[in-house]
Amino acid sequence: MLTKRIIPCLDIKDGRTVKGVNFEQIRDAGDPIELGALYASQGADELVFLDITATVEKRKTLSELVNKIAHRINIPFTVGGGIKTEEDVSILLQNGADKISVNTAAFLDSTIISRFAKNFGSQCVVLAIDAKCEADNNWYVYLKGGREKTNKLVTDWAREAVDLGVGEILLTSMNHDGTKQGFALDITAQLAETLPVPIIASGGGGTMSHFHDVFTKGKADAALAASIFHYKEIAIPDLKQYLHNQGIPIRL
Amino acid sequence: MNTVIIQYNAGNIQSVLYALERVGVTATVTDNVEAIQSADKVIFPGVGEASTAMAYLKERKLDTLIKSLQQPVLGICLGMQLMCAYSEENDTSCLGIFEEQVKLFKPTDQTIKVPQIGWNTIANLKTDLFKGISENSFTYFVHGYYAALGEHTIATTNYIQDYSSALHKNNFYGVQFHPEKSAKVGEQIIQNFLNL
Repeated sequence: MLTKRIIPCLDIKDGRTVKGVNFEQIRDAGDPIELGALYASQGADELVFLDITATVEKRKTLSELVNKIAHRINIPFTVGGGIKTEEDVSILLQNGADKISVNTAAFLDSTIISRFAKNFGSQCVVLAIDAKCEADNNWYVYLKGGREKTNKLVTDWAREAVDLGVGEILLTSMNHDGTKQGFALDITAQLAETLPVPIIASGGGGTMSHFHDVFTKGKADAALAASIFHYKEIAIPDLKQYLHNQGIPIRL
Repeated sequence: MNTVIIQYNAGNIQSVLYALERVGVTATVTDNVEAIQSADKVIFPGVGEASTAMAYLKERKLDTLIKSLQQPVLGICLGMQLMCAYSEENDTSCLGIFEEQVKLFKPTDQTIKVPQIGWNTIANLKTDLFKGISENSFTYFVHGYYAALGEHTIATTNYIQDYSSALHKNNFYGVQFHPEKSAKVGEQIIQNFLNL
């Protein structure tokens, strides 16, 4: 049976993991390779590395880092942050990334999605959507790391992007992100039930039961979180055992 | 030991190369006929689309070469599908090493996603390729088409229905999942192949 995926996300700046991490098991908690390898050994199903520097001059640093990660880590991983051109994608895939994620650039020029899907295959194109529920009770797409609002509904953009060829959608609820009050179940379920691609839910996971909820009520195919893993508030093996005990299909 | 990865217009070749490095093997990535023929082990990887890949192989006469190989050959994902007789993906005649047919997953309801992406179990394991691998071990899959069950099936997986997650005939092996991305289980399967 296909299992639900648990995906730790590592934010990278200038080749280092940002957001404090506190692991005595590894020599250098700021080293994304060490941290990624630790999560992989603990049973993470995939990893996401999000480069938040993503400036042109840093791109070489990122590709070198991706190459080191690919040598070390034996599970799939996605790389995102500032990817705009076929050349960007090609360099990252050549260096061993399994998937790339696009966000603002794809919204501003949606041909990016169709071009990437055609050239590299839908399976490696992940669309990240930063979503916010407004006072009118609709979910809108936000750009540039959540700094810029658009008038596009999340459901409309997600459908368009699937038609253009994205292979997966990483949906982050800005209302829930950082709150540890649970994932955005309604919008996650709305996408998961209407779109033919897997939905990765992100933002708000604070307890193990939140993950249970996002897989049952939220119908998510995968759940992503960062700080609760980095700060050891939830250990991946405990989370996966808990979900398994609750009857969720999980790889142990 | 001389291990060769066949170079062609399909993705994930680097991942396979790095996975081999993790188990201590330096492989050569090449489309050179002599280099492939003289290798001890040949890996035929692939992520991509069947008709484009087959056209590329034919153009370079790699199709006849692959069929003629005598040493252990491991096809991965699209590589395995291309070793089958026929793929529904753009109505493509494939290498015909395995008689099995490759078909498109047809979801029975809209909550089932195609392609299948993620970790699923492998069962009914046969041959030394799976030596030391427990029944229902998890491996990582990304595929929209599947090889039907047949006489060459050496592992089965269930997604919508049971299908062949590995095939074997003579010196040819194929796996639908990605051993290079399947954590320890995948590394053991790669090691087992190298030990054949």
